[in-house]
Amino acid sequence: MSGGVVLQGLQTVLAVLAAPLLTGWTNQCRARLQGRRPPSLWQSYRVLHKLFHKETVLAEEASPLFQATPYVVFSCMVLAAGIVPMLANDLPFSPVADVIALVGVFALARVFLALAAMDVGTAFGTLGARREMLVAFLAEPALLMVFFTVSLISHSTQLPLMVHVLAHQKFAIYPSLAFAGVAFWMVSVAENARIPVDNPTTHLELTMIHEAMILEYSGRYLALIEWSVALKLFVYAALGIALFVPWGIAPVGEEAALPLALLALVAKMAIGGLVLAVLETLNAKMRLFRVPEFLGTAFLLAVLGMLIHFLLES
Amino acid sequence: MWRMSEITGYQPVVMAWAGVLCWLALALLAIPLRIHKRWLLVGFPLAALVGLWMIAVGVTGLLLPASAQIVPVGFPGLPVHLRLDALSGFFLLLLGMSAFGVSVYARGYFQHMEIGELARLAIWYPVFLAAMALVLLANDAYAFMVAWELMALSSYFLVVSDYRVEEIRKAGFLYLLMAHIGAVALLLCFGVLQGNGHAGDAAFTFSAMRHGVLTPTQASLAFLFALIGFGAKAGLVPLHVWLPEAHPAAPSPVSALMSGVMLKMALYGLLRIGFDLLSVRQEWWGVLVLVLGLMTALYGVIFAAVQSDIKRLLAWSSIENVGLIFTGLGLAIIFSVEGKGGLAALALTAVLYHALNHALFKSLLFVGTGSVLHASGTRLMSGLGGLMRKMPWTGWLMLLGVLAIAGLPPLNGFVSEWLLLQAFLFTPGLNLHYLNMMLPVATASIALVIALAAYVMVKFYGVIFLGQPRNPALKHAHETGMWQRMGMLWLASACVLLGLLPSAVIVLISPAVQQLAGRVLTNDGGWLVLAPMDAARASYAPLPFWLAILAVLLLVYGLVRFRYTDRLRRSAAWQCGFPAVTARMQDSAEGFGQPIQHIFSSFMQVERQFPQPQDRTPHYASASIDQWWHFLYLPIVAAVNWLSRQAARLQHGRIQWYLTYSFITLLVLLVFVQ
Repeated sequence: MSGGVVLQGLQTVLAVLAAPLLTGWTNQCRARLQGRRPPSLWQSYRVLHKLFHKETVLAEEASPLFQATPYVVFSCMVLAAGIVPMLANDLPFSPVADVIALVGVFALARVFLALAAMDVGTAFGTLGARREMLVAFLAEPALLMVFFTVSLISHSTQLPLMVHVLAHQKFAIYPSLAFAGVAFWMVSVAENARIPVDNPTTHLELTMIHEAMILEYSGRYLALIEWSVALKLFVYAALGIALFVPWGIAPVGEEAALPLALLALVAKMAIGGLVLAVLETLNAKMRLFRVPEFLGTAFLLAVLGMLIHFLLES
Repeated sequence: MWRMSEITGYQPVVMAWAGVLCWLALALLAIPLRIHKRWLLVGFPLAALVGLWMIAVGVTGLLLPASAQIVPVGFPGLPVHLRLDALSGFFLLLLGMSAFGVSVYARGYFQHMEIGELARLAIWYPVFLAAMALVLLANDAYAFMVAWELMALSSYFLVVSDYRVEEIRKAGFLYLLMAHIGAVALLLCFGVLQGNGHAGDAAFTFSAMRHGVLTPTQASLAFLFALIGFGAKAGLVPLHVWLPEAHPAAPSPVSALMSGVMLKMALYGLLRIGFDLLSVRQEWWGVLVLVLGLMTALYGVIFAAVQSDIKRLLAWSSIENVGLIFTGLGLAIIFSVEGKGGLAALALTAVLYHALNHALFKSLLFVGTGSVLHASGTRLMSGLGGLMRKMPWTGWLMLLGVLAIAGLPPLNGFVSEWLLLQAFLFTPGLNLHYLNMMLPVATASIALVIALAAYVMVKFYGVIFLGQPRNPALKHAHETGMWQRMGMLWLASACVLLGLLPSAVIVLISPAVQQLAGRVLTNDGGWLVLAPMDAARASYAPLPFWLAILAVLLLVYGLVRFRYTDRLRRSAAWQCGFPAVTARMQDSAEGFGQPIQHIFSSFMQVERQFPQPQDRTPHYASASIDQWWHFLYLPIVAAVNWLSRQAARLQHGRIQWYLTYSFITLLVLLVFVQ
């Protein structure tokens, strides 16, 4: 038990510390693909370091809610990192929340961020909040449907059990999982504000969503938010790995499998970041009212996955 | 507990009846005191105390076996049968919890009213509470209908308490009309339930109806009438049109009770008839209720998103929540018919839990809008904004309510929605195959509704409390009074507690679930972890969840503050290099709802009013009109008008024609007599 607690702590801390690395790696891949000279792999850490040391400038109208939000959002993401199995399965914290609660954690962070964006009362803030909630209300049900499809196969909404069933089944092809996997990719792109739904590098008012929401943040608040964004991407990547390529995650009580698990995680994350960079290079950002169609497709794919499960697999 | 009640003779039903009498006495006392403002105001804290009493009685009703009593009031030879069982006990608890908070709030809120309106409120408010309690206690059809009508009428008088405003009178009339269409359906329902009159004189009592033998057709007919009657009260689409008119028209504490509690009386009625009086159910009832519930939920949340009046927004959100509750109810009926008692218990637990949650957070939000209305003088979002800084108490307490109703962990709304989704996920393997195919789609719709509810609540809270004031007069907005804060604090803390201790709540409501489903929901996770039926399938532990967030938050806060700089400078917001940024450049309520209007434009008829190029003060307005008016209600109105015009042809005002009518009637009658 105590070993589990230590492992739990280690995994969470590792996720928190390694999250900016994944962002750095994706940025590096993208720069190479686009023919630019890549920034250092550690650039995200340097940015965070710089922001933490800077003086924070706060809008005069900002309420305590605005100041509390970066901490709330960061804590939610740390909690999410504690729930998702990354290195070892069935850690002691996992019964605290199942996948539905995980969606709830993300929603909590999002609602706080949207409210904080509306707090100062600039045109950009509310614009960002509205667009973010628009993307969210379409993405969230799609995400839930992806989870439900997988949970129908594993007969559980507990992540450890889902991972266990999917990693240790006899080799069988689940067509529903293919649909769910594509839907999950589309949703993750939207939820993490990546191309083609949003562009993390733009500050053009016509297109920005996430960046518009956090426009008023600076200094340590901005650092926390940037870090939570990186952490969110990391957790989503870990989630995709856990659900669709779970091989390598160490089962309960097998400490010997941990080094291999770490290696597998790093390899999968590196590939995931590369694929994300490739897709971001190939695609262009879409018009805002194309986003409902994009996410509607994801939603339909996930529902189709569920129906196919009933038709073919049950 | 058993023993104790046998020894002391404690009967919850008598105590509940005493509470009802206390409420009625408060109303009667208010009549002679109607010119003394100070005395009238005392009535509200007293009503709150009775609410507290009802909580206690409700809990004992849940724990002790059912108790019944015959009270000789009313017509001679027609006494009132009362009964308090676990189901009534649960709803009495719901009534008491909401009534306590709202009444405490009302003491402070109503003190600014002019004396005439205050007197009307002070008389009808306790009657309304008593009528709702009586609905829960009634054990015969006669008492039930009297209580039901009393509830409708007292709430009607509360709605029109500010009768000088024409819209309010109109809304009141619509409400009264729909309430009576529902009541007629209920009368027919009880008529069918009486069966073939085997029980003789006592056929109208519920105990006779429980043992009545009905053919499947009769049972279905009774259920359909009940669904229409209670659906009209609950605001089930398409019988919902009165709700967004009537609930906002009432004074805020009354809106709180109507949305928070009165809608649940309809749920109670349907549970009572569907699961208690009718011993056998049919699967298609469940499918019907499920489909209606889903339609209602989706329709309600979409319309909530496009409202720009704060109370109308909340009223539509009530329709959405009623839809969610009925969806769970439909699922429970399906499970119980298929003989899956454990799953029926899960669905019913979700239903009752959500009903209780909704009673609390909707009451909180409605009374909160009362404070906003009082501070700003407007219900329109276009004249609000930035109230968080002027009204921190209201702002923070409302934030809790908003997070709860948006279904976010670790508050109470999340728990019941989680249970509902779990009930859907456990579903596979039903006997009806088309249901197996339909349920994923239903699950998807529920997920969509829950996500949209978050959108609605961000809009609601963001536009009212955050940003900059859209009206310069808001600079003088003031914080709400002590009574109001206490009332809201009660409701908000109940939301938090129900969110953090779900295992305890499930144990508390399990007698009611046991009574309905014949099984209780087993919790596999102990007091800390909520795990319906099987911990390996799903679990959720809100307390560790909350503690973890809090611990990380404090840790990060400490680290950031002490490791790095804590320098902070206040400055003007960034103005995009544009010198004249005003509060008008924020999103209006219409602007925030525009994406929803755009995406779901086929659901509604949108009327827009565009500014002209020459306008000095350009004004844009858009209104989304409920299509049901055009599909259902206006055709009925047209048909009634047509019929009465046809009937009017007979009326010429000439004596010879009327004599001819009499003559023809006589001839026809003679033919029949022959």
